[in-house]
Amino acid sequence: MTTPLIESPFSLDDFMAAEQQKDLLRFSTAGSVDDGKSTLIGRLLYDTRSVYEDQVRSIEGKGTTAPGQLDFALLTDGLRAEREQGITIDVAYRYFSTSRRKFIIADTPGHEQYTRNMATGSSTADATIVLIDARKGVLPQSRRHAYIASLLGVRHLLVAVNKMDLVDYSRERFLAIQSDFTTLLDQIAADTGNPVQPHFLPVSALLGDNVVHRSASMPWYTGPSLIELLESLPASRHDAAAPLRFAVQRVLRPDASFRGFAGQVASGSIRPGDSITALPSGRTARVARIATFDGDLDRAHAPLSVTLVLDREIDISRGDLLVSTSSPATITTDLEASLVWMDAHDLVPGRRYLLKHASHIVPATVTALDHRVLLEEDAHHQTLDHIPAATLSLNQIGVASLRLLRPIAVDRYRDHRLTGSFILIDPATNSTVAAGIVRSAQPIPASLAAHLATSHSGPVSPRERFLRWGHRGAILSLTGPTSIADRVERALFHDGRVTLRLNASQESSGSLAAHAASAGLLVLLHAETDSDSLTVAVANHSLTVAEEDSLTRRLETLLADAGLLHQPGLNEYEI
Amino acid sequence: MNAVSTLPETAPKLSHLRQLEAESIHILREVASEFERPVMLYSIGKDSAVMLRLAQKAFYPAPIPFPLLHIDTGFKFREMLDFRDRMARQVGAELLVWRNEPAIAAGTNPIALDTKRCCGLLKTQALLDGLRHYNFDAAFGGARRDEEKSRAKERIYSFRDSAGQWDPKNQRPELWNLYNARIHPGESIRVFPLSNWTEMDVWQYIHLENIPVVDLYFARERPMYVRGDALLPTEQSFMALPGEKPQMVRCRLRSLGCSPCTGAIRSDAATIPDIIAELISFRSSERANRVIDHDQEGSMELKKREGYF
Repeated sequence: MTTPLIESPFSLDDFMAAEQQKDLLRFSTAGSVDDGKSTLIGRLLYDTRSVYEDQVRSIEGKGTTAPGQLDFALLTDGLRAEREQGITIDVAYRYFSTSRRKFIIADTPGHEQYTRNMATGSSTADATIVLIDARKGVLPQSRRHAYIASLLGVRHLLVAVNKMDLVDYSRERFLAIQSDFTTLLDQIAADTGNPVQPHFLPVSALLGDNVVHRSASMPWYTGPSLIELLESLPASRHDAAAPLRFAVQRVLRPDASFRGFAGQVASGSIRPGDSITALPSGRTARVARIATFDGDLDRAHAPLSVTLVLDREIDISRGDLLVSTSSPATITTDLEASLVWMDAHDLVPGRRYLLKHASHIVPATVTALDHRVLLEEDAHHQTLDHIPAATLSLNQIGVASLRLLRPIAVDRYRDHRLTGSFILIDPATNSTVAAGIVRSAQPIPASLAAHLATSHSGPVSPRERFLRWGHRGAILSLTGPTSIADRVERALFHDGRVTLRLNASQESSGSLAAHAASAGLLVLLHAETDSDSLTVAVANHSLTVAEEDSLTRRLETLLADAGLLHQPGLNEYEI
Repeated sequence: MNAVSTLPETAPKLSHLRQLEAESIHILREVASEFERPVMLYSIGKDSAVMLRLAQKAFYPAPIPFPLLHIDTGFKFREMLDFRDRMARQVGAELLVWRNEPAIAAGTNPIALDTKRCCGLLKTQALLDGLRHYNFDAAFGGARRDEEKSRAKERIYSFRDSAGQWDPKNQRPELWNLYNARIHPGESIRVFPLSNWTEMDVWQYIHLENIPVVDLYFARERPMYVRGDALLPTEQSFMALPGEKPQMVRCRLRSLGCSPCTGAIRSDAATIPDIIAELISFRSSERANRVIDHDQEGSMELKKREGYF
């Protein structure tokens, strides 16, 4: 056990130098229960010698394969319930490396939770392996898998036509499937807007044909094996020529002499002297230093995590996006996005959700659902047809309009994966209910953008506004019947608060609300519903009032809890 | 493939370790910024050593903005505790230590009880009590997904209910690098910044970064109880069978746990390069010498459901 199997003398320096040349490729896998996906992954790990002997021993003689034949699926099926049911339930991550590259596999199940899990696995993947059973051809589920991979912006689709041993290694069968699938991909790319590069290969996961080793049974196939393909695909899309995107995660201020903005370069690169713009404020500065524990850098590119020091003091806090001044992102309160719904509770249009984008969270509502993309066939429709929808349920995908209560800076997903994506969180259950993919963003009016850029240092400071009104400006989301909303407005007015009532369904109310709140007003953004109580929500705090409840004391507590009655200090814009 | 080769190739290639480092630092910063009371579970092993270095990097030049918490079972090797105190001082982090004193006073050990119940009291219960005592809402752990099959399904932000328990069927989906930090009072999140690292990555990083690790990882002549292939440390006298005498064996520990349940391996690897060379030749997984994981098929999953890391 202690005798190294490697050549002697072992040179660590040579080994480490070779290791440092290895990059990282993330790929996901998709397929349904019977496609042999777990078998393929198990085979990939086994044939690249990425499993240990004790792991192989632990599966010997188990499983459903013929005597003496290892059931490779058992190497990857992790959870107890899965072993009992013989299926994988959740996304599992695997790691292996070859002499050329390190790999992270997101292994996702292909049964009923497939949409949610596949979207999760694909969101960070550079490539996706889609398995097709050679006997069955392109099934509706293959269409779904390809659609989700494309929607989530996976560049390379590795279409593994599996179980070739069961169709006599038929070249005609393989070519027919390749032709069907190519037609399908053209349709999909037109829908999602994200082009995908397909690569077709005939395999037998069970017997190992064209997985790691080329197959002797299919001399007609002259392309690479699966592992050769994975080793040669371009690695993570960290394109240094793309415009800079850098979400500020934290302001680091250990002492009076240092003020740095900590974050990860999401795309592009940056050097000292470069001009950056902070969004949404629009303020501009130059990079003075790129500070790290290991010393200052003369250049940082995606995906490095660094700390930027700027040449002048501008208001920047967690949630701001630093972008290249020459190629900024879009400041918006109105988005059109694809939503992958992931929660057991249906989407409720008009209801307030929390939208997490880059490093900040803003309240948002879905104002309209354009359509739902059909992932199952029915009597009248085909897979991937668009149908009208009033809501989205678990594992459904649709295109929706969203309105945000505060402006954020976004990109289209197809242009920037990390600044074009978001999740929705249910503020009551705290569940992650949806994944969002930005298709387009309506820029907010230039006048408002200009206002945002000057509001912090304009002729009237937030502090002066506070001293005048006795409270800070904020947006209070009111959801419920008009009768109770009227009483809330009345009670606040009676208490000396300066309020502005807006109808949430009204065009541009979001940007107007943001404008008014920054001027120090308490904006009551009312979304009317038929319920018998009304929810007042502000900055992570909320209050539910029924028709007869007394209001004044409870509203006072809410405003205090939300920090609106405290005098803004010097750190007002800090985290 | 043609469409691909036209992409600009201007980004210098970043090694997989630098990519993993950048991802881990992003996670550390998110947690420090989104939770009120985060803490880093510091277990003194190689993974904790890497996690601690990443925390230094994430907040540099500011100090690490959360304390370290060590769950002391009373069965840790003496060298580990000395090392722990030295590291905390060196890094300038606040160190908290929590022990299940009633269980320790009652003489809990893995021979008197079985390993499962011993872990339950001295590790899991102590961890839950410690987190509750200090009211921590997020706790970093150094676990990696490559360690064990049920860990492969763990999220980076692992949601725990108010009893600290994990429900593998009801995990929050985790997309892109967007983590959902929202919890109700009493609930908490366990965070695993090293999720995507492998054992090999950890040793390579320790080597490249000159990170100090406990000497127990290096091969030395040590007294051991030798039982077949198993080498059992002699720290605790109750480990000896009647009449059993320790023998001097050149060996090292591959992963650090409690002395009664952590077997050593015969090895000549006395330096980090030796360890990396040895790792390349290994045919057994890292936790094969941990008694606890293979008590029972799926035992790690059961422990995690109960609140273990």
